[in-house]
Amino acid sequence: MKVLKLIWKNSMRHKLRTSLTIFGIAIAVIAFGFLRTVVTAWYAGVEASAANRLVTRNSVSFIFPLPYAYRDRIARIPGVETVSFANWFGGVYIDKNRFFARMAVDAGTILDAYPEFRVSPEQFDAFLKERNACIVGADLARQYGFKIGDIIPMDGDIYPGKWEFVVRAIYQPRDEKIDGTQFFFHWTYLNERMRAEMPGRAGEVGWYIIKIADPADAASISGQIDEMFVNSRAETKTETEAAFQQSFIQGTSLIINLFNFISFVIIGIIMLVLGNTMIMSARERTKEYAVLKTLGFSGQHIVGLIAGESMIISVLAGGLGLLLTYPVVGAFSLVVPKSWFPVFYIEPSTIVLAGTAALLVGIAAAFFPIQRALRTTIVDGLRFVG
Amino acid sequence: MPSIIEVQSVSKSYWRDSFEVPVLNSITLSVPEGEFLGLMGPSGSGKTTLLNLIAGIDKPNGGSITVAGTNIAALSESQLAKWRSTHVGFIFQFYNLLPVLTAYENVELPLLLTSLSKANRRKHVEAALSVVGLSDRMDHYPKQLSGGQEQRVAIARAIATDPTILVADEPTGDLDKHSAEEILTLLERLNKEFKKTIVMVTHDPRAAERAHVVRHLDKGELK
Repeated sequence: MKVLKLIWKNSMRHKLRTSLTIFGIAIAVIAFGFLRTVVTAWYAGVEASAANRLVTRNSVSFIFPLPYAYRDRIARIPGVETVSFANWFGGVYIDKNRFFARMAVDAGTILDAYPEFRVSPEQFDAFLKERNACIVGADLARQYGFKIGDIIPMDGDIYPGKWEFVVRAIYQPRDEKIDGTQFFFHWTYLNERMRAEMPGRAGEVGWYIIKIADPADAASISGQIDEMFVNSRAETKTETEAAFQQSFIQGTSLIINLFNFISFVIIGIIMLVLGNTMIMSARERTKEYAVLKTLGFSGQHIVGLIAGESMIISVLAGGLGLLLTYPVVGAFSLVVPKSWFPVFYIEPSTIVLAGTAALLVGIAAAFFPIQRALRTTIVDGLRFVG
Repeated sequence: MPSIIEVQSVSKSYWRDSFEVPVLNSITLSVPEGEFLGLMGPSGSGKTTLLNLIAGIDKPNGGSITVAGTNIAALSESQLAKWRSTHVGFIFQFYNLLPVLTAYENVELPLLLTSLSKANRRKHVEAALSVVGLSDRMDHYPKQLSGGQEQRVAIARAIATDPTILVADEPTGDLDKHSAEEILTLLERLNKEFKKTIVMVTHDPRAAERAHVVRHLDKGELK
């Protein structure tokens, strides 16, 4: 027999209590993992931002357009590799509940600007050749059953009228951090319709996406772009893509901070649950610890017995919780429309954080029982009636 | 016979809230090697306290206690723990076996503190259980044993490391007459056959009859 066996047997002495503690902690770990995943999903756009991409928008507001004519002037700035652009299309597909991001983009440059959207050369050629062709993300295609050749009808709202798009390409996100629910079509298609139906809105671009050669030049190029259009009818604001994405979620930062806070409160709850179990267990064994000390076991042995038991429970509970977090997050992403959280996955850092928290809690929860066991003299321990 | 236990002018008192309660007053006692000493006395006379001091699980306020040449009153807690593991076998009134361990594992417990290999530990455990006549019960848990059998396992645990002295605190106090006789016979055998020095605290005059020498404690003084 080894001391480890004694620790294990002690842990399983009250099977119901240990099981309830393990399940309680596991549920808390699931809640922690889930909340962290929601927070991660919220920041997915920021996280997926490339350091070598800048976004130029109207300095007044994102909803005001910029002239198409800015494109060539921006492209001439040293250090700029690619200038692409996009317009938020909006629109309604079947009904308003079926929301996903729909954008009119510069067909020729969009994949240069976003290499993380992967399209086969054949499909991309087909997309380029057809005026009302569109590219849909693989997740979006899965969600709505879109296939190559399908026609997607839409009612325009920002750009009124009936619109029809033909699926000519399906992009695969480079990895799970990339949004696979976007919808791109030719900006020229949009512009032609505007020129014909609403000439005042022709030649407008929602924002420019600028790929630069060296991320270290981001500040200087941003400055040059904005300087270039000072005192024009549409002044610009250029920032890194991460800052641009951040501005979208700034309004919800309070909720996200609350989520973050709650996720760490959960760790506190885990500690209280385990701490309570350990205090009860150690109290019940006061006499046994005194007997072990009488036999010659040292204070270190007692520390090992109590901390070991606490660690066993926390590791089992943490492991179970982490194991169950995957199906829970998976089920959530199936139930909730993909467009709510286009990127919803458990980050490795969440697993590491939850695992580390469970281990640390295991150590912390043993602190008071250890202190009490060490303080109790053998004589008092042998007299103890639990 | 040389003395294996030398208690010199030992005093002990406890604090109950803000009151100091004297328990032992300048006790002097000498126990020769191979002795079977019985300590008797009324409740509160200090006999268990004296036993605890001799076993090194409590410390005196004054005086010295020398067991097998070591002044244990001067040892630190960790030194005392180590000393106890090699020199003392303790037999409790209520056996104090760990309920989650089998008889074998309970006897093996003090051997885990030694450098013995698993095979050697097994030899020691089997020998100890054989001495107490429980070779066939080694895989039983305490709850599957009678009180007398539990106490025999506790004795096997006490002798497994071949300690210098055995101390027993009311070893028959929780047993019926028959089981008590068995335990006392076993202790006698350990004393005679295996030359173990035994200090036993008891209330029971029949138990005390088995001891070579009986000393009485009253109000913290040895008579």
